[in-house]
Parts: sequence; structure tokens; C-alpha cells
Amino acid sequence: MATTVDPTTTTTAGQTSSASEIAVPITLRINGKEHSLRIDPRTTLLDCIRETVELTGTKKGCDHGQCGACTIHVNGRRVLSCLGLALAHDGNEITTLEGLGTPEAMHPMQAAFLACDAYQCGYCTSGQIMSAVALLNEPCGSDDAAVKELMSGNICRCGAYANIVAAIQQVRKRA
Amino acid sequence: MHTFEFIRPADQGEAIATSAQSKTAQQGADVRFLCGGTTLIDLMKLNVETPARVLDINRLSLDKIETTTEGGLKIGATVRNSDLAYHDKVQSDYSVLTQAILSGASAQIRNMATTAGNLVQRTRCVYFRDTAMPCNKREPGTGCPAITGSNRTLAILGTSEHCIANNPSDMCVAMAALEAVIHIQGPKGTRAVPVGEFHLLPGDTPHRETVLEPGDLITHVTLPPPITGSKQFYLKLRDRASYEFALASAAVVMTVAGENISYIGIALGGVGTKPWRSPEAEAVLSGKPANAANFRQAAEAALRGARPQSENKFKIELAKRCLVHALETAANA
Repeated sequence: MATTVDPTTTTTAGQTSSASEIAVPITLRINGKEHSLRIDPRTTLLDCIRETVELTGTKKGCDHGQCGACTIHVNGRRVLSCLGLALAHDGNEITTLEGLGTPEAMHPMQAAFLACDAYQCGYCTSGQIMSAVALLNEPCGSDDAAVKELMSGNICRCGAYANIVAAIQQVRKRA
Repeated sequence: MHTFEFIRPADQGEAIATSAQSKTAQQGADVRFLCGGTTLIDLMKLNVETPARVLDINRLSLDKIETTTEGGLKIGATVRNSDLAYHDKVQSDYSVLTQAILSGASAQIRNMATTAGNLVQRTRCVYFRDTAMPCNKREPGTGCPAITGSNRTLAILGTSEHCIANNPSDMCVAMAALEAVIHIQGPKGTRAVPVGEFHLLPGDTPHRETVLEPGDLITHVTLPPPITGSKQFYLKLRDRASYEFALASAAVVMTVAGENISYIGIALGGVGTKPWRSPEAEAVLSGKPANAANFRQAAEAALRGARPQSENKFKIELAKRCLVHALETAANA
């Protein structure tokens, strides 16, 4: 979990130090907006986005790079925010689900997920959509099998896979 | 996760000098280079890795792919796996590498993971990843519970009584078949290590996985000039169709001149404690006709030294058939 909210932390040497002592400054550019923050060096990009910047559209699933729920874009490419240190991303262009569209002006992929009923509980949906939008700019064959292969890093435990593929194909065909 | 100091070295010299202060470059290193983070951050969260200093080398301009003067390829240490897989020259001349990389992990992880990071990717053995368990690789001398425990996915080649953890990389298997060379810059200068000599067998020191010493920075990997007319194929067999580590895999680089095989490079994945080049299988096929009988004989030779554990005897036949199928596919391509 986020280390930034812990009042105390234990160092490798076993001493106790306050979180404010080890916090370091960083400026992150998220969805076109600069955020000047002080964070514990251990803070992942995921925890920083959710807990420090309070953009909760990005979800924490496994926190070990196995489920894809935390997928965001860094410099236009999809990555797992749980396996990145926030400190390594100053100067990078970070995009989260909040930067894609709004309920009033949805990204075409968000609209397609809605139209195709491409979710059930919705927990993985943010990561699915971020992956799907990135896939539009990647080398990907035209058939469903190619889409499934490139979406295999996003797990959906409700099993909405068929409709997720349909939503992605709908957007690709209209492009 | 333990606390650490995050440092972004200004140049390679600073990265090497700082890293050289580490007691070891192997398990338990107190200074670690950070590239994509897909292995390191994961293991730091599990407290398997507890570096006191993390050196971010992502901005050291080691991210280029260039043609060498010999006509081969020079791949920078921090080239992302996806950029390497989709590079025009890799797709056309070293397609086994493209196939291997794209068979591994997910699109997101391939966008993060780097060439050098993949070379030092750690095993997925569950005991190594769990600090509540003994593990000779993580804590030398504590024992190997995998030998009597959960070992279905682990190694059958290159094991020792101290460790049976397998190397999980796909990229390294293709690089072994392509005879890649790893270029290292250290405190004492530069050196070039063939990929086959880079990873170490566990023996009685499973915590030592590579030849890297404190201060050693992998700067790039070179591939020899393309083998003219070669057919290349990577076959990966696993429990799921995608996003899963190999139970067995085979990388084949083959050239047939007339009736006979004039060039052959063979490496296996998923079954070895290191990316498993098979000179035994290559010797069987070199100069021989490319036919089913010879392919099977090569597979028998490749697995002759296999030592199965309680749950993974099936891997011997699986790996043999994997290699035969890869050879047949390459020959008929």
C-alpha cells in the first residue's frame, strides 16, 4: 500500500525515521497538469497517482504486474504503474483514465465499452480501456485473435473478454 | 519495501563508480541499477531485493539500436523489449528474437522491460519469491524446499542439489541461439561476454547467477551479422496461450544447403537453470539431412542430461517434442 501515509517507516538499518524526513520533491505531469509533490522514494507511480494526486480512476489489483488493472500511458505508451517508481517519471507525459475523456465527452473507446457492455463489475475497466487505446497505435493484426493476444496482460475476473474484444474491434473498424 | 536512496547518475562513469561500492552484484546487492523495474520493483515489494541505493539508468542514452561495422546489430542496454521486437532489422534478420520477445509477458511489460533487465531477469520459483521460506538462492545455506516441494514448472537441466530454479527469459533463449555477445563496462574497463557464458549454473552457489561484479554495467548487446538464408523459429509451450512463462520452449536458427543442414543454432527455454544452448543437439544436426529422424535424435541429445524432479518428469518429453516441432517448422518455412 501507499507508503506516503505511514507516519513512521523502518529503514534497512532498522532505525525508525519519520516519513517527512525521507520524503523527496518531485514534479509529475499528469493529464497535462503539473503536480509538485513530496513523496517517499518507495512510492510507486500507481500509489502516487491514487493516494497523493488523488486520481482514483487508475485501479490497484495485484500490485505485482500480473493483472493490468493499473495500466496507464507514459509518453503515449501503455505501462503498468504498479511496477514503476514515481521518482523515475519526472518530466514524462503521464495519462490516466481521467485524461482520456469525461462522462460528457467520452473517448471513442470509452463509448465503445459502454455500447458493447464490455464490463461487469468494472474494476479492471480502467486498465482495459487504457490498454485498448494504446493498442490502436501498436502493430496488431486485424483479427480478434491478434487483439486477444495484445490484451492478454489485462485480466477480467468477471469474464467480459468477448465484449471487450468487440468494443476494441468496433473502434478499430471506424478508425 | 525497505527504504532506499534514489539516485539518477549523470553519466555511465558515475553509475559504475556508485555501483562499485556494492558488496555484490548478485543476490543481496546493496546498490541496484533500475531500468524498467519489472523485476526489481516487484522483488523489492516482496523484500527479496533490499537495495540501499537505486540507480536510475534509464536516461543514460543506452537506448539505441544501431548496425555494427561487421553488419550485425548493437542493441543498447535500455532498449525496451517492444522496441527491440518490432525493430525492422530484428524482424527481418533475427526473427527468432522478435518471436521470443513477443511470446513473453504482456504488451505493457514489454514496453517497460529492457534488454539488460531481461538478461538479469530472476527466476519465478515460488520459494525464491517468498521470504518466509528457505531458499539457497536468496539466503545461501538455508536449503531448497523446491526439491521436495512444488517443482512442476522448474528446471530439469543444469540443476544441482542446492537449486533447481529455472531461468524464465524468452529473449535470452533466442539470443543464445543467435550467439549474442554481452558488453559490460566495469571499474576495470570493458569486456565482451558471449551470452552462453554470461549466466552461471547454480552448483553450490545459486545466489550467483551471472558473471556480473560490483560496478559492472551492461552497456549493450551485439548480434553477429545475419546468417544468410537462415530459417528461424521460436516455439513456446505453456499452461496458458498467452501471458505465461514457458514450461518448455525452443529457439532454432537453421540454414539448409542442398540436402544438408549447413548452419544450426539451438537453445531451449523453461527447462534450464540458465538459457540452455544445446551444442549436443547442434552436433547431431550439423551437416546432416533435415529430416524427422535426425530432429528426434537431436532432441534426444539435447535432453540426455535431464534430471527430473518429483513433479516435472513430463518436461523431458515436452521439451523434446517442442524442439522437434520447432525444427520441423523451421525446415519447412
